[in-house]
Amino acid sequence: MIEFVQHLINGLSLGSIYALIALGYTMVFGVLQLINFAHGEIYMVGAFVGYYTARYLHFGQQSSILSLFITLFASMSVCGCLGFAIERLAYRPLRRSARINVLITAVGVSLFLQFSGQLLFGADPKFFPQLFLSSGSWSLGEPGQPGQLGELKINPLQVLIFLIALTLMAALQYIIFRTRLGRAMRAVSFNHDLASLMGIPTDAIISYTFILGSALAGAAGVLVGLAYPKIDPLMGVMPGLKAFVAAVLGGIGNVTGAVVGSIVLGLAEEFLVGYGAPSFRDALAFSILILILLFKPTGLLGTQRTEKV
Amino acid sequence: MNQLNFKTHFLAGPWVGLMFISATLVAQTGCKKHSSRLTDELENQTTFRIGEVGSMTGSEATFGISTHNGISLAITEINAEGGVKGKSFELFTVDDQSKPEEAATAVTQLINQNRVNAILGEVASSRSLAMAPIAQGGKIPMITPSSTNPAVTEMGDYIFRVCFIDPFQGEVMAKFSLNNLKIRKVAILRDIKSDYSTGLARYFTAAFKKGGGEITLQQSYEAGDIDFKSQLTAIRTAKPQAILVPGYYTEVGLIARQARELGLTIPLLGGDGWDSPKLGEIAGKALDNSYFSNHYSSENQAPNIQNFISKYKSKFGAIPDGMAAMGYDAAKVLADAAKRAKSASAADLRDALAATRDYHGVTGTITIDQQRNAVKSAVVLKVENGAFKYQTTVNP
Repeated sequence: MIEFVQHLINGLSLGSIYALIALGYTMVFGVLQLINFAHGEIYMVGAFVGYYTARYLHFGQQSSILSLFITLFASMSVCGCLGFAIERLAYRPLRRSARINVLITAVGVSLFLQFSGQLLFGADPKFFPQLFLSSGSWSLGEPGQPGQLGELKINPLQVLIFLIALTLMAALQYIIFRTRLGRAMRAVSFNHDLASLMGIPTDAIISYTFILGSALAGAAGVLVGLAYPKIDPLMGVMPGLKAFVAAVLGGIGNVTGAVVGSIVLGLAEEFLVGYGAPSFRDALAFSILILILLFKPTGLLGTQRTEKV
Repeated sequence: MNQLNFKTHFLAGPWVGLMFISATLVAQTGCKKHSSRLTDELENQTTFRIGEVGSMTGSEATFGISTHNGISLAITEINAEGGVKGKSFELFTVDDQSKPEEAATAVTQLINQNRVNAILGEVASSRSLAMAPIAQGGKIPMITPSSTNPAVTEMGDYIFRVCFIDPFQGEVMAKFSLNNLKIRKVAILRDIKSDYSTGLARYFTAAFKKGGGEITLQQSYEAGDIDFKSQLTAIRTAKPQAILVPGYYTEVGLIARQARELGLTIPLLGGDGWDSPKLGEIAGKALDNSYFSNHYSSENQAPNIQNFISKYKSKFGAIPDGMAAMGYDAAKVLADAAKRAKSASAADLRDALAATRDYHGVTGTITIDQQRNAVKSAVVLKVENGAFKYQTTVNP
């Protein structure tokens, strides 16, 4: 029983990491109908920026919460700029062309970032400095009694990641549905040309979406670097793909769906590995992708979009 | 004008064809001569060329770098003494980025382009297994400094090693756990992608069960994973007295941290894949009171070992780890064989290597047996405050 609950806790923390990345995917898709495959790599750049910032500013063991904020801020700014640059240079020129061209470009940007990362940062794994809250664990209950509540352990950083994922979900929902900016984003997603006819600065809106999504990925990179201290230039490949699967599972374009899909994927992975087949961990994510596309392509929380002719 | 063009076309055709045919013929004969020239060239070279394949980058970067340092130190010393039979040693190093495919490409390049006399490499058994068939096919002797999986030398009679093999290493840790730590129940968390890890786990299991121990649970992970909490939670429920983690240092460090986060205070056990200066950086305090088997201990006061340590320290600014010591010994054994070899041909070098007896290296006395493995003792080290402390020596 205790094992089951511990797996539940582990699965939720794994899911919240995927959620942080999936939110960016889903937001960009919601506005642009584009799956930005380079998102996983922006997450990787975020982790490295955080690493170099913390090293350069000599943030050592168990520094203050201020060091965490500075690292997050640096990472989010750089990633936001990177997202803006990618959109401007790689996606905007292709806005008028077929959807498949942009998709292939996105894959190309992803590969470009991976191998540039290997060249720039070196292919060896780096170990993220231990900032605020990185080590240690909280017990639920009195420790020392095996089989009792005290055996359940949570890493406080993973609780933080979970809370941040939920907060971001709520914040994004608010922005998209209750602000003028959000209304503009929804308008652009509905019909790009009509929106610009109505006076909405579509280029600016799209850039803004990318900056926001990439900043989220950057924050995710720093937080994951803290929780799992090993970072390397190829770290964004698998989590990026799994976050994409999670976003599709929940309904791509749907912010709540991204978080729900991520939690489900995280739990499924955790239980599969814990109770039987660790080698199928990655295979599970892609099996889920195939199944959801076969049986409910709009995702768990997605709605059917009827096209009226 | 047109007629002129037509004429040149008409005339050019056969000429181009003739040139093409003659070029191919020359290339063919050239190639044939090349392969037989290869063996002649090896004997007529002015330097003794050694090819080294190592993981200078990637997840096992410290293995490649340490081994390379050990080899370079050895070669500097050999050349300072005048080389072997008047020829100085020349080292060609290729980085395989911790990937088996790259290791195979590297050894092909070293044999065909750099025309090396011998190959030193690799540390990781998976990569040595990728390289061995190519070295064997090219009939170039290959010495692996630290690959412990028995299958490596079984690839052919040109493949040697100067370290012990995993059946022995597994037994070392099994006996140490049973006799010294008085542990009867162990869980295993192995890297399913690594021949070294799965092999060592198997040999440990056999020896441990033979001594009366019990394996409560076997779990696996893949190199590159960063989250091991699910496997560790399952292990926690199985209530072992120790966890065997026969993997490489990057994952071992992360596993140790996460095990402690889950409240597991039991010791971890491991093999020579733990030996890296980066282990303390990754694991922090999480690996204290854990044990692993290794090729040598820097605390050994024997004069030749201390001498080696001080030379290495003055050149590279750090105490040599097991990989550096093995690299040093591998290069020195190769030089020793080159001295004894009847000629500079690869076949004679191979025979000299196979006849190595009682070579006194810094990692122990090296004798190459019938299976081209070295029969040597192992040491068990304990991790204390990030440093490795010698516990005991186990003889074969």
